[in-house]
Amino acid sequence: MHQNVNSANIFIQESNRHQPTADLMRPSPVPKKKPGMLHNYWKNRYLVLLLLPAIIFFAIFCYGPMPGVIIAFKDYKFRLGIFKSPWVGLQNFRMLFSIKSFGEVFRNTLIISVYKLLTGFPAPILFALFLNEIRQLKFKKAVQTISYLPHFVSWVVLGGLFIQFLSPSTGPINVILKSLGMNPIFFLGDPKWFRSVLVVTSMWKGFGWGSIVYLASITSIDTQLYDAADIDGAGRFRKMWSITLPEMIPVITIMLIFSVGGIVGDDFDQIFNLYNKAVYSVGDVLGTYIYRVGLVDMKYSFSAAVGLFRNAISFALVFLANFVANRVNEYGIW
Amino acid sequence: MAYLSRRRTKGEVTFECVNGFVMVLLSFTTLYPFLFLIFQSLGNSASISFLPREFETAAYATVFKNSYIWSGFRNTIWRTAVGTVLSVLVTTSGAYALSKTWFPNRRFWTGFIVFTMFFSGGLIPSYLLMKGLGLYNSFWAMILPGLCSAYNLTIMRNFFMGIPNELEESAKIDGANDIQIMLRIVVPISLPIIATISLWNAVGHWNAWFDCMIYITEPRNQVLQLILRHIVIEGTSQYMNFTGTMDTGTYTPEAVKAASTIVATLPILLAYPFIQKYFVKGVIVGSLKG
Repeated sequence: MHQNVNSANIFIQESNRHQPTADLMRPSPVPKKKPGMLHNYWKNRYLVLLLLPAIIFFAIFCYGPMPGVIIAFKDYKFRLGIFKSPWVGLQNFRMLFSIKSFGEVFRNTLIISVYKLLTGFPAPILFALFLNEIRQLKFKKAVQTISYLPHFVSWVVLGGLFIQFLSPSTGPINVILKSLGMNPIFFLGDPKWFRSVLVVTSMWKGFGWGSIVYLASITSIDTQLYDAADIDGAGRFRKMWSITLPEMIPVITIMLIFSVGGIVGDDFDQIFNLYNKAVYSVGDVLGTYIYRVGLVDMKYSFSAAVGLFRNAISFALVFLANFVANRVNEYGIW
Repeated sequence: MAYLSRRRTKGEVTFECVNGFVMVLLSFTTLYPFLFLIFQSLGNSASISFLPREFETAAYATVFKNSYIWSGFRNTIWRTAVGTVLSVLVTTSGAYALSKTWFPNRRFWTGFIVFTMFFSGGLIPSYLLMKGLGLYNSFWAMILPGLCSAYNLTIMRNFFMGIPNELEESAKIDGANDIQIMLRIVVPISLPIIATISLWNAVGHWNAWFDCMIYITEPRNQVLQLILRHIVIEGTSQYMNFTGTMDTGTYTPEAVKAASTIVATLPILLAYPFIQKYFVKGVIVGSLKG
């Protein structure tokens, strides 16, 4: 974006100008260093006033908690507070890697997220590809509108919905199973089934909404490409495979980077509203674990250590994914 | 589109039929769980059907007599209104200031905000901060922490940057200051994006429950989603107002749970057809420019 490139010079030229507006966009021939910064802010005081609430907000509520991560290296005592509690070094992290429950939770997080990535990532792409082939516009619009309805509904509502929908006694799926002479399945209480439920319901909620970006990128494809393919005698599948899909690659890459970064940022809302003690062994993930250990068991320091661990991994994953994307097809985010 | 006029081959017709059928099936799969919930709330248990066979409204009567549902509605509407208005104000004005290329140290301030998208203090440090600020059990605990999202601010900033500067120059020569220019010139032509961001915020607030769960302990001050969680997921009878019979008939706890869910979701479902296009617009603007 050209504005970004210019912004550094612009702040230098600001101080040199004499007429208030005329030479705003004109680069100054003699850039000086450190030209009265405060003066510059005063000149733009109304803009500063507009930005101020946002800056105060980010400073307090986003940067404010950050020094608090040091409790991960402390033994937090409520009466001493964050800064006076005694340091314990890496003790919390050593505990983290030695206790069994954490290993299980970490494994669950990775397994569930990778399953979700493998199914939930291609689903909207496929949906967009095939929905694009529908020629009746009204029908297409209707399917699209229905498909992103679940996105607008909270996991509390959907949790309640699936608890009833998958119920072994009254849920429709089990009613069908029973009428076929099979045993009912306790989807939400059986460790063998719980992860599949998570993966399928997450795909169900997200495929329509996720497809919007891809559908938008499809509409910007040059139609001449398709005309040319018609002349060459390409069929529908051939055009989807050789034109539509390749043209979507930049968007797919960007979405993949974000998804990979989200591997350890599990879907807390979903799991928290669907899981129960019977399936902790397969369904407890970092997010739910941090919540329970921290706010239910009040082990603040240990929970903060798990949180920091997760943040660091997700940070690293985004960078790694971006690096790989830049290497492979140069469509990385930065 | 020349390829539409071409005669279709047999294979192509088959493809279109199969594809259309799959799309109908997908739409049905998306809608059926909701339909099932409606049937369940009307007393149709343990059956698969496409039409309700029974029509028992006793569960709804219970839900409407449940004072927790009403206080939940009140708190949710209140937080949605206050939260959305404040968020949009802070986001719009901040985005406008940062859209100006001559804003002092613009790169630094943009980075200051964007960094929060990638790193956060985490649950426990945030919780301790809120307690330290005295916001525990305060209404503002549900408003302030999510006041402004770096993502929304960036989307809006990118939109403002696309507005040609000439539009604002003339007002500037007339002596208007930046705040006046923003309100008189920029906001009126940016209403679609402002509507999108408002709706994102509003739906976010309507569906939020976690902040309320950890910061608000008094049941009468809890939002509808959390009350619903107590009813349908924890199955706490205190919140359910369950007696088994009403003067209108008998009902099961399942029917009350289903009816509570329907009642809590209805406002979103009713608004959905009207608001969804703004949502889609926002995603597209964000993805193309962000």
